[in-house]
Amino acid sequence: MFAYLQKCEPPSNDKRWKIIAATMRKLGNERQALIEALHSYQQAFGYLDKPGLTYIAASLKIPLSQVYGAATFYNHFTMKPQGEHACVVCTGTACYIKGAADLLKSIFNAEGVKPGETTPDGRLSILTARCFGACGLAPVVVVDGDVVGRITTDVLEQRLRKVLGHAG
Amino acid sequence: MLAEELKNIAVHEREAKAAVGACVNVCGAAGCQSLQSDALAKALVEAAAAQGYGPESCVVRKVGCLGLCGAGPLVSVEPAGIIYQRVQPSDAPDIVNALQGPPVKRINLDSKLPFFARQQRIVLENSGRIDPERLEDYIAADGYLALTTVLSEMTPSDVIAEIEKSGLRGRGGAGYPTGLKWGTVAKAIGSPKMVVCNADEGDPGAFMDRAVLESDPHRVLEGMAIAAYAVGASEGYIYVRAEYPLAVARLKTAIRLAERQELLGNGICGTQFNFRIAIRLGAGAFVCGEETALMASIEGKRGTPRPRPPYPAESGLWGHPTLINNVETFANIAPIIRRGGAWFAGIGTERSKGTKVFALAGRITNTGLIEVPMGITLRDIVFEIGGGVPEGRHLKAVQTGGPSGGCIPESFLDTPVDYETLTKLGSIMGSGGMIVMDETSSMVDVARYFMEFCMTESCGKCIPCRAGTAQMYNLLGRFVDRTATRADLAQLEQLCDLVRNTSLCGLGQSAPNPVSSTLRYFRPEYEATFATEGGE
Ligand SMILES: Cc1cc2nc3c(=O)[nH]c(=O)nc-3n(C[C@H](O)[C@H](O)[C@H](O)COP(=O)(O)O)c2cc1C
Ligand code: FES
Repeated sequence: MFAYLQKCEPPSNDKRWKIIAATMRKLGNERQALIEALHSYQQAFGYLDKPGLTYIAASLKIPLSQVYGAATFYNHFTMKPQGEHACVVCTGTACYIKGAADLLKSIFNAEGVKPGETTPDGRLSILTARCFGACGLAPVVVVDGDVVGRITTDVLEQRLRKVLGHAG
Repeated sequence: MLAEELKNIAVHEREAKAAVGACVNVCGAAGCQSLQSDALAKALVEAAAAQGYGPESCVVRKVGCLGLCGAGPLVSVEPAGIIYQRVQPSDAPDIVNALQGPPVKRINLDSKLPFFARQQRIVLENSGRIDPERLEDYIAADGYLALTTVLSEMTPSDVIAEIEKSGLRGRGGAGYPTGLKWGTVAKAIGSPKMVVCNADEGDPGAFMDRAVLESDPHRVLEGMAIAAYAVGASEGYIYVRAEYPLAVARLKTAIRLAERQELLGNGICGTQFNFRIAIRLGAGAFVCGEETALMASIEGKRGTPRPRPPYPAESGLWGHPTLINNVETFANIAPIIRRGGAWFAGIGTERSKGTKVFALAGRITNTGLIEVPMGITLRDIVFEIGGGVPEGRHLKAVQTGGPSGGCIPESFLDTPVDYETLTKLGSIMGSGGMIVMDETSSMVDVARYFMEFCMTESCGKCIPCRAGTAQMYNLLGRFVDRTATRADLAQLEQLCDLVRNTSLCGLGQSAPNPVSSTLRYFRPEYEATFATEGGE
């Protein structure tokens, strides 16, 4: 057994680790809890990092490499800190046909960031997703958790200015 | 809960509903919810109170998907049968005011439109009619009647025989006969057995399963419980995409309510039958829709497929015999038991029975969710139900089956929709995504779009898929950039064959479909992009 697998303590005193511990306990602290644990980890902290993954590996008694493997395999999980605000552009088929690429272009022109990037000031992250199941309203963008359907480049620019608190 | 109690609840609920003067239903599924249907429901409640309606004369309910998502938020008024579209909270007083008289003209949607009239609803029979968060609503619509019938009057083999008789085929894409699959799991040796519901809905541009889960979650639970009884399973899992938070929340509520009434859990309906259902979240990997990858993911591993056999029916979750079906497949079970396999088999075509739910999207007037009998033509779907292509443009192709499917050109629109015909046309039925494209879409771009999807979603386990999709993506890029040659075209075709025939799982095997179908029907578009005339 590797040494790191024996020390089963959360990386910090942060209370949020209790939620993650509870998720793992509910599923018997076994391997099958891994994906659920990563979900609750990301939900609590916004992104995953090595100390946290090590803690999960130790709790579930699986090698860190496999935890890391799962964390990087699934698109939903990220190991980069996210900006204060998130704008997720749907690039599913319906939204693609209805001009998702134009939305991304206009974001790049206005904010200078591409999908997967965060503005240098850490205020805004741009992400893409494969379909929110709101294809009837394509193109769809999710801004800080709010789904906005039938969006145009103008409305999106306005919306981003609003969440970022820019004047105008 | 016993059959008798169930009946009492149903009678009571129906009486209570009949006693209310009018019922105003607001769509609370994800599409309309994103258009602030919550605020709308609140405005309607306030308007009703302001105009002197009490709980006995008018109730405002949140229901599931009403279908025409593109015209949301939608509101329906019962028993008058009125539907309103693009409703704003400011319309609420007028809607309440019109309860006694003719409908509000400016937002009224003709419920006799072919969009509604041409549909035949089995899976969606309750969608938009019941409150998905109330178990009583489902019971009043004959919910859980099939489960109690099965438990009290049928043996497991009776159930399987009935499903076989119905001719139901899997709605997850491949169309494998459901009765046959159930029979295999029932015969498999090993315990405990598992039932898994595939709610990963990976096809980007499809939202049938989301709508079913959000609008009528108990229907899926009931189908799973009947399946569990038939195959002898005691544990169930629903694997849902994390992108569907509302569906997950409604499922959790539904499971909790059903357990409280002993419709799930231990000793279901006072019998010895035990069946628990747990929810597992996906994490944004398309390949996890593939059954062996899905099971790996539930087990807490990377979602990579493995070769079959052994099939999940023999060795699935943790090596136990496992039945895995799609959401819509399970949603068909209760009506089949209630109304008989013969009734179901009377709908549809010779080899494709029943109805199919499609998600209409793209360049089409009526975007939304429809359920139609198998065998209907694509033309009827696109032009009659879908209202055709907007802005005076022309239809170029209909894409079915998502990244695993193909593009069907206008000249084949009169073909009936069933599993075999769509496959013959170089596409597939798929799970039900249907994207309409007009002349503004370049078929080469579309092919590259899907190839990019398959390339990024390839799990990387087998080389033909991992390297082949990347090669094809690069080749397609040359066509998009107009630097391609005839040799590139030949190589592209060769790679289609290679990747199709040598990949490990369905992802790679079907990844060439969008390319080969566009090459088959729109070849000149590829040739027009050659760098030199003739492409030498
Ligand atoms: C790459 C890939 C993705 C798939 N995605 C889904 C999906 O999202 N939903 C689904 O129900 N089936 C999906 N399937 C099909 C499943 O493997 C499986 O056949 C299906 O869940 C069986 O259920 P059924 O018999 O009810 O159709 C996918 C298959 C492949 C190869
Ligand atoms: S394709 Fe964008 S929501 Fe479905």
